[in-house]
Amino acid sequence: MRLNPKITEKIAFAFLFLSTLVIVVPVILITIELLKNGMSVMSWKFLTESPRMGMRAGGIFPAIVGTVYLIVLTILFALPVGILAAIYLSEYARDHWLSKIIDVAIVNLAGVPSVVYGLFGLGIFVTFLNFGTSIVAGALTLSIMSLPVIITSSREALGTIPESFRESSLALGATRWQTIRRIVIPNALPGIITGAILALSRAAGETAPILFTVAAFYLPHLPKTIFDQCMALPYHLYVLATQVPNVKAGVEYGTALVLVAMILILNLMAGAIRSHFRKKKQW
Amino acid sequence: MEVKFSRPAHHRWIEFAVEKAIFGAGIISIIFVALIFLFLLKEGLVLFRHYPFTNFFFGIQWSPISEPPRLGIVPLILGSLAVTLGAVVMAVPLGVCAAIYIAEIAPGWLKDILKGTVEFLAAIPSIVLGFIGLVTLVPMVKNIFHIPTGLTAFSGSIMLAFMAMPTIVSMMEDSLRAVPRAYREGALALGATRWQTIYRVLIPAASSGILAAVMLGIGRVIGETMAVMMITGNSARLPTTLLEPVRTMTATIAAEMGEAVQGSTHYSSLFAIGIVLFIITFLINLTASAFIKRRK
Repeated sequence: MRLNPKITEKIAFAFLFLSTLVIVVPVILITIELLKNGMSVMSWKFLTESPRMGMRAGGIFPAIVGTVYLIVLTILFALPVGILAAIYLSEYARDHWLSKIIDVAIVNLAGVPSVVYGLFGLGIFVTFLNFGTSIVAGALTLSIMSLPVIITSSREALGTIPESFRESSLALGATRWQTIRRIVIPNALPGIITGAILALSRAAGETAPILFTVAAFYLPHLPKTIFDQCMALPYHLYVLATQVPNVKAGVEYGTALVLVAMILILNLMAGAIRSHFRKKKQW
Repeated sequence: MEVKFSRPAHHRWIEFAVEKAIFGAGIISIIFVALIFLFLLKEGLVLFRHYPFTNFFFGIQWSPISEPPRLGIVPLILGSLAVTLGAVVMAVPLGVCAAIYIAEIAPGWLKDILKGTVEFLAAIPSIVLGFIGLVTLVPMVKNIFHIPTGLTAFSGSIMLAFMAMPTIVSMMEDSLRAVPRAYREGALALGATRWQTIYRVLIPAASSGILAAVMLGIGRVIGETMAVMMITGNSARLPTTLLEPVRTMTATIAAEMGEAVQGSTHYSSLFAIGIVLFIITFLINLTASAFIKRRK
């Protein structure tokens, strides 16, 4: 017997809808769980005090500061290189073997497991260059990991600039670099910044790359230079959840909530910049 | 905007320097891929001076601190394989179905909510998902199957399937969007229902995109570290069922590097696992990008 196509369609759509629910509902449940349990410990003290009693009480201030240090340094290292690389790919590179190899390299760089980045950072920055377990080693590791994201998004942003902009500038006698600096980059900047913020928000949540390059189990004081170790939110959560017995669940949830909130704020910022400039765009 | 018509000599010099810097940055991704591989080799290959190659790749026992150490990675590879296969079996059908619903069927307002939720899932760090899995999913698996511990390959698979979802959904959505409008309209004009159009026209047309989504999903899953380490129980034995603790390659590196003495056999064996992982993900990503190219 053949089913009526209309009925088949109804069944199929219902099934597809259910599959979507299987993905979406847990996300909502996780959010509620995080908010409900995390808010119970949330207070000004939790955000601004050091951990106490073997990290079972007190706040998470050093971990927040550490994560901020790490992402600021990461963007300082990764953004200039990432933008220049994107400029090369979008403005200079011709479609030949080299740009094909670069494409393959970017895809693979994006696919290298985060723990392998950790090994690489340990091998090159901590050991070979002798930075030791330090903020700079961790930030360099994270910035290499962020590069493919920054390059890809900046390249897309540069690609949306109409060719006529470049041609008009060149026709007026500007050099190629002047054109890029005065015309192309300013117009692509919102897109570039959006991509950079998204890359940062990813780097902020990563644990495996900082595991052997920077993260300190517990530090009673804040780092003084970039050659010190520091605590970091994701690693702190890992330590609380697996290494310290009898932690109150609230402290763990609180740490997770702060981390997710930080990442969410970065994502919302990126979204706001994108939509603000999309409205202003005249072309 | 001021544009000077004369070009002083220093401008030409700046231009030259800048273009060299841009070229340098352009090839930096190649340099880093090469450097990563080189440093893994440098630290990892030392192992085979003291430890036979075949024992590493075919040994079925991983006990690095026993005397003498046994560094067979078969249990770790099987651990990764079990968790990955489990995750892919769950994630691919669900992800593809959800992508079809979001891209083709959901009304505008619902589409935005669903897309937003999936993007939010992508933004949650793996350590947070690992922690949530540890406190919610693990006890659930334990109670449902009446097993002594919920820290199993199966729990890891569920978590990883969940984590691979955003990758699969967004890749799949892109592929559906890349199908020419005329295909869709043609099918509908011939009297096909929307479902018939999706099933007979869109899915076949987007098939290489589906394969790319699967490959990228596998790449994401096999490289995942923190959540897997927290949920799968970390026992480096040969798994016989999915309801047993296993240990993946990634988790082994992350869990043991802290204790390994620098330059020891144990240390270099962890880098050697890194080499294996790097090569596997390299091949997976190469395949994925080949599928993506074909889509275009």
